[in-house]
Amino acid sequence: MQKTETAYMPLESSLINVFDQHQKELFDASHPKVSHSRAEAIEFLKEKGLPTRKNEKWKNSPFPKQYEKDYLIDIPSATYDKNVNEIFHCEVHGFEAHTYSLLNGWYYSPEEKQLETLENGVVVGSMRKAQSKYPELFAKYYGTMANHQQDGFAAANTALFRDGIFIYVPDDVEVENTMQLIKMINREEPLMVHSRNLIILGKNSKLTFMHCDDSVNHYSSFINTLTEVYINENAYFDLYKLQNINDNTSLLNNTFFQQERNSRLRVNVLSLNGGKIRNELHVDLMGEYAEADLNGVYLMDKQQHIDNQVFVNHAKPNCYSNELFKGVLDEEASGIFNGYIFVARDAQKTNAFQRNNNILMTPKAVIDTMPFLEIYADDVKCSHGATIGQLDNEAMFYLMQRGISKADSRLLLMYAFLAEVTTKVSIDALRNNYEDMIKRRLRGELSICERCVLHCSTPDKPVEFEIDMSKI
Amino acid sequence: MSEDKNNNILEKVTTEDYKYGFYSDIEMDTAPKGLNEDIVRFISAKKNEPEWLLEFRLKAFRYWQKMEEPDWALINYPPIDYQDIIYYAAPKKKKELESLDEVDPELLDTFNKLGISLDEQKMLAGVAVDAVIDSVSVKTTFQDTLAKHDIIFCSFSEAVQNHPELVKKYLASVVPITDNYFAALNSAVFSDGSFCYIPKGVRCPIELSTYFRINAANTGQFERTLLVGDVGSYVSYLEGCTAPMRDENQLHAAVVEIVALEDAEVKYSTVQNWYPGNKEGKGGVYNFVTKRGLCKGNNSKISWTQVETGSAITWKYPSCVLQGDNSKGEFYSVAVTNNHQQADTGSKMIHQGKNTKSTIISKGISAGKSNNSYRGLVRVARGAENARNFSQCDSLLLGDKCGAHTFPYIKSANETAIIEHEATTSKISEDQLFYCQQRGIDTEKAIGLIVNGYAKEVLNKLPMEFAVEAQKLLAITLEGSVG
Repeated sequence: MQKTETAYMPLESSLINVFDQHQKELFDASHPKVSHSRAEAIEFLKEKGLPTRKNEKWKNSPFPKQYEKDYLIDIPSATYDKNVNEIFHCEVHGFEAHTYSLLNGWYYSPEEKQLETLENGVVVGSMRKAQSKYPELFAKYYGTMANHQQDGFAAANTALFRDGIFIYVPDDVEVENTMQLIKMINREEPLMVHSRNLIILGKNSKLTFMHCDDSVNHYSSFINTLTEVYINENAYFDLYKLQNINDNTSLLNNTFFQQERNSRLRVNVLSLNGGKIRNELHVDLMGEYAEADLNGVYLMDKQQHIDNQVFVNHAKPNCYSNELFKGVLDEEASGIFNGYIFVARDAQKTNAFQRNNNILMTPKAVIDTMPFLEIYADDVKCSHGATIGQLDNEAMFYLMQRGISKADSRLLLMYAFLAEVTTKVSIDALRNNYEDMIKRRLRGELSICERCVLHCSTPDKPVEFEIDMSKI
Repeated sequence: MSEDKNNNILEKVTTEDYKYGFYSDIEMDTAPKGLNEDIVRFISAKKNEPEWLLEFRLKAFRYWQKMEEPDWALINYPPIDYQDIIYYAAPKKKKELESLDEVDPELLDTFNKLGISLDEQKMLAGVAVDAVIDSVSVKTTFQDTLAKHDIIFCSFSEAVQNHPELVKKYLASVVPITDNYFAALNSAVFSDGSFCYIPKGVRCPIELSTYFRINAANTGQFERTLLVGDVGSYVSYLEGCTAPMRDENQLHAAVVEIVALEDAEVKYSTVQNWYPGNKEGKGGVYNFVTKRGLCKGNNSKISWTQVETGSAITWKYPSCVLQGDNSKGEFYSVAVTNNHQQADTGSKMIHQGKNTKSTIISKGISAGKSNNSYRGLVRVARGAENARNFSQCDSLLLGDKCGAHTFPYIKSANETAIIEHEATTSKISEDQLFYCQQRGIDTEKAIGLIVNGYAKEVLNKLPMEFAVEAQKLLAITLEGSVG
């Protein structure tokens, strides 16, 4: 049913207006395939609008409540004047990373570094530039993983994005250092940002990528990011998502993966702070023996909201997938977990596991968990589990009996609860850092940072629980 | 075990006949096809109903007209033409019946074929039966024994005439007319059903049972069951159903309401065996049922046990609303689908009172080209302190053309609640089969043994008379692969 002009929510009409105003610029700067999907996507948006709570997938989501707000949607790119490292002082001890950044949705670097080809042949740079320089890659991969008609947000992103990061790792190249993308929002008014990323991993390649979402100010922004990742045969992609944004910001992170034969994917999502966060991970296992290991930790308080939507499509036999999401909800925070494993008719010998464990700390915290399985093959091992509970009283008693204060006992147990996920982080320095951040977060020390969260870790002053070991 | 043999077994299953598929030639009194306010008035008039009940029906009908048929379940069926259904069909009554001898012999024959103990000589079976054919309750047995304990167990229409105050008080108190599409439809056109009231402190000495049968062609069956357990009472209630084999689909949209007051315990068991359609998926009953129990008083308990083997489509979510403190809800289910059957079934447990407990054990078995989904909701309201839920839903796949799905929804708004959910999906393991075969048990029997063991946890919860029937049914539905 076509929406009539008057039926649009303010946000929907501003999205459509911005598109209409900037149509020419958007099309001019785009690869034909990108333009084509822009046109399709805007039609979809005009017809269906943004998802409402009547939509099963958005039923309990607070996002639809944001449609009344007015955001500044399209802003020109800022001129490069500062090195990001100077703003962010990224200093994780022993963690070497190449840092790239997006500012208000635009690839932020000196002009000559907008699209670089590294020594090993890896291409990193802005999506905007890459379209004209590597049309053949765009023709082959752009829009093939994501479904831009999935919902209004995916469509809005497809229609309106200006920039994002583009990474191409050629066949047989293993990228040694982690690549880190820092996405910042810094603008003195509410902003809606659409950024689009495309990451392509060639055969037998390897890439570790860290995707940090940060906000610099306290304005209520809306970040709508869509990332497409193609993982070719035998390739290995290790993704870390770190989310630490202010309490007014809504963050929508839509990531689509396509995996070929023997490829491996590992995702670790760490949601530390944020007004409203929705992470969608869509994994298509399109080749046999592909593996996907998806993990997440969330720590929410105040009136924050976290939503993890994980779809794994076992299209081919002999694949493996594992989902493990754990979280603690404090104060009036609310959370949603929706895992979906789909096993196609002939995807025999599938192993798919799914688990979601939650701890509610207060009477006002709320969690909805929906671990779904849809299975059409008989020779499979699939399981899912979900628990909602609180800290084990006996364990609390055990600790307190040994002279550990109630507060510390709680922290220790919560930390232990989350440790199952954090131990899966393969880079030692990063794992320590993660654990450190969780400890700080649990102690309430890590709230919205003025700077990059990674700065919170000072290696010379490790965070310890205040436990008198002599009493144990 | 060879693939071929496996296929043969499944082949055999699909050719298995539905043994309740006969049709009895009983003189029927039917309403014209279609649904409008006149039909609703016609049904109400036929039943000689009081004004308030007619108003209730009309209100439901008007509301239903504004509703949309739900489409969220994982089932596919051609759109139902609600105007192409006969909403009232009753065995023609010649006169008021005095004893069983006067019952239409054809009808008695029908029930004898079904093995229902309408006969006095079946007294030994110790089950009081209310038999509902098409839409009308034809006979309730054991009235005297029940009367001794002041237990009311009769057809719904009798209850409306004889105990209007009870019916008025509890009707739609658990499933309001606005609850869902099929419940609204039922509220408008329900023709009969069973009514049961267990007075204070009475422990019902015998099992109560209702037997439903759709007989006439093109009819929908819309029965309404209302069960009230007063303070400190106990009752175990059984429900069974069959239908003739017909090429066209038949609609069955029933509503079951249970109210358990303080310290009351109600146990409701169903063996559902409507005609599932033939092996090409033609015909069969569309079973859209709303079943809900309200644990109204403190320390009350409602337990649902179901064995679902029939119906082309099953859409059924027996639920418990745990309103009273310390109340308990239980749901035990075995759902078997074969050929082209589709089942979307599960349970809802709504925790509202303090210290409420619920258990969900669901075992799905899919074979042939069928799809079997578990869909359940566990919701803990803000005030439901110390709520506890344990859910386990396992699926077993027999064959590579069927599907097994699990859609649990868990919502907790109370930090003291403990909720656990676990589910597995698997096929019969080669190891288990090998173990049995090694001991000289042939494949067919071995599968039977394993499936029976798999479902045992639920079958054990059934009253004995039903457990036997259920096991037989399981065997018939999956014979070949089950043994």
